[in-house]
Amino acid sequence: MRSDLRDMSRRQRTSPPGSGVALAFGFSAVSSIALTVVYGFGGQPQLEGLLLGIALGGLAVGLVRWAQDLMPGGGYVEQRDTEMGGPAQSAAAVRSFERGEQEVQRRSFLGKALAAALGALGLAALFPIRSLGSAPGTSLEVTPWAEGIRAVTIDGEPVRPEDLEIGGVLTVFPDGHLDAADAQTLLIHLPPGVYRPVASGREGWAPEDFVAFSKVCTHAGCPVGLYQPANRRLFCPCHQSIFDVLDAAAPIAGPATRPLPQLPLEIDADGFIAAGGDYSEPIGPGYWSRPRA
Amino acid sequence: MLRRTAGWFDTRLGTSAFVQKALTKVFPDHWSFMIGEIALYSFVVLLLTGTFLTFFFDASTSHSVYRGAYEPLNGVEVSDAYRSVLELSFDVRAGLVMRQIHHWAALVFIGSIVAHLCRVFFTGAFRRPREINWIIGVLLLILAIFNGFSGYSLPDDLLSGTGLRIAHSIALSVPLVGTWMAFLLFGGEFPADEIIGRLFVVHIMIVPALIIGLLTVHLAVVWRQKHTQFREPGRTEGNVVGSRLWPSYTAKSIGLFFAVSAVLSVMGGLVQINPVWLYGPFEPQQVTSPAQPDWYLGWVEGALRLVPPFDVRLFGYEIPNPFFPAVLLPGVTFTLLLAWPFLEQRFARDKEAHHLLDRPRDHPVRTALGATTLTFYTVMFVAASNDLIAKWLGASIFGITLIFRILILLLPPLVGWGTYRLMKALAASGAGHLSEMPLAALTNRGADGHGAHVDGGKGHGAAGPPGDGHAGNRLGAPAEEARTPGG
Repeated sequence: MRSDLRDMSRRQRTSPPGSGVALAFGFSAVSSIALTVVYGFGGQPQLEGLLLGIALGGLAVGLVRWAQDLMPGGGYVEQRDTEMGGPAQSAAAVRSFERGEQEVQRRSFLGKALAAALGALGLAALFPIRSLGSAPGTSLEVTPWAEGIRAVTIDGEPVRPEDLEIGGVLTVFPDGHLDAADAQTLLIHLPPGVYRPVASGREGWAPEDFVAFSKVCTHAGCPVGLYQPANRRLFCPCHQSIFDVLDAAAPIAGPATRPLPQLPLEIDADGFIAAGGDYSEPIGPGYWSRPRA
Repeated sequence: MLRRTAGWFDTRLGTSAFVQKALTKVFPDHWSFMIGEIALYSFVVLLLTGTFLTFFFDASTSHSVYRGAYEPLNGVEVSDAYRSVLELSFDVRAGLVMRQIHHWAALVFIGSIVAHLCRVFFTGAFRRPREINWIIGVLLLILAIFNGFSGYSLPDDLLSGTGLRIAHSIALSVPLVGTWMAFLLFGGEFPADEIIGRLFVVHIMIVPALIIGLLTVHLAVVWRQKHTQFREPGRTEGNVVGSRLWPSYTAKSIGLFFAVSAVLSVMGGLVQINPVWLYGPFEPQQVTSPAQPDWYLGWVEGALRLVPPFDVRLFGYEIPNPFFPAVLLPGVTFTLLLAWPFLEQRFARDKEAHHLLDRPRDHPVRTALGATTLTFYTVMFVAASNDLIAKWLGASIFGITLIFRILILLLPPLVGWGTYRLMKALAASGAGHLSEMPLAALTNRGADGHGAHVDGGKGHGAAGPPGDGHAGNRLGAPAEEARTPGG
């Protein structure tokens, strides 16, 4: 019954059966020519994509209609090997292997020597992997910050306290190390009196209400790029960790587990903001042998 | 001429017997069997457009000044990689459309692999003897995801640089060897200059070569084992019913290639993708907000955002938080995927060969497990946009993240339970093809005059009439039209 329906719908078509296919191929050819013209006149991305799409799409429509309307369709039957191989065949294969293996095993000393030589070569071949990178050493534990090094902007300008208004934040680098990604630091000017050092020994780290924290998130290393001056919170836009600046940048939401390390600050003799030392713990994401603060 | 050529090769290689068999080879017709071909043809488009792109891309992080048609960055000092992508996009004729087709093709490539995997899973096409192809398929998925990531990291823009930064941190998080691993892969502490050049070699040579190799084996195994088919009258475990390779299947398949490349071309021309000039060049102290990766890494990104803040500390050593969502979770995911055919064989106590496909309702437990798993990964995928959702809803990021943490625990079992009930009901009702192909089911209903398509579920095909033709013989009518109620 369904095949009757399909035949009828075919017969009702007024145009000859191949005309749609030919039309599609025609469209494709015209579109390809138009594409070369567009290219010749300097190209235009949207038109290029569209014309290429029509050129390819015409071929697609034509071929599929040709196959479906004019070629013998489904209904062919082919037998399938339900069982691949067989126990007798695999037993024969195993026997062939074992015969050869016995030949090899008769010279067991030679076999062992070969294995040793191959093993040694394999081991030696692994060594060039070491050339791929520098040794980690202590590089994850230290940054170029040290006592007396001035904090400078990305343009290399040193910063005076009066350069940054209250509530402001500035990304600073150690003077002379503008390319040190691990030393990027957020310099924040807090309102007077709100800073309360949570850890002993940090009392002198915030001269003139300036505090500084590592900008590298302790979760996955993204720059902690967003600061809300109203509630003194730092946001990491990658995985939404939130750090409370007044609580020594402790994480209060998101996946981060550790505070952003704090950089001790001082005002140097010329009135510029400088570091009072390196960070007291490794900055950035955790790793297996990270020393505990 | 053709005869002479065929004879020339045959007398030298003995090819004619194979060619004759190949031309009359039968492939079952079903729309869902085309999904894998979409992946294949997206890959062909990737190779074609990618080759063009390599002629212009400069995989170097040395700096130079961009001077070209894109005004906002004209005269700005950027890395050579970024500069070459700008030039490719604005100053090379047909460069932008090629680049955008390439990116869209990558997204469609991985998408169709995942859809293909779902089709194979829910129809039980991974069962013996197809475990080998399941494993190869999962390996192809892993390679495709990896190559997607390595590709979008190449332009050295701010978004992808942030992605590399996270990748470095994830490598660092691996216990024991993580630090060395990160330093050897990247060449040193982030941002190391070597990474772009290395990713380029990996992206254009090593991984594509592996994909081509595995893809070849994948197709050869399909060829050797012959394609599975759905249960229909006349179709048995011992035959294949469908179209012949030559000419109808060839025409349809090449037609599909053109269709896939047509859609990708239109998207590449009209739908902007990865506008690196808007993100700007990578600077280690800058970050884009919002920041989402390409879709196929959304689940890892979501997991990174959802996982509660904890580290593991053992004997003075640390397993940092990102290890769990970004190393352990993908590791478990792909291990379970690879092991699935064997797990099911064990738990369903079914080690038999199957060439007739299940419908999802035939195996409600498998279907429910699949739905549960998909829901789990979908929640993570959506959670990767928790910042965008919070912004759209004007809600706090705390609340949105909390809701996702609840959903990821609640939704998967709920969907699994619902799916199980639905499949049971569907199987019991004996009704139509709703779960299998809803559109055709609707038209079937109209044509048959009633909705009941008694198919008996399991075992039907095997009990149906055995293939009454020999290789190449046609049934009385095309199989699709020979379908009758009751079989």
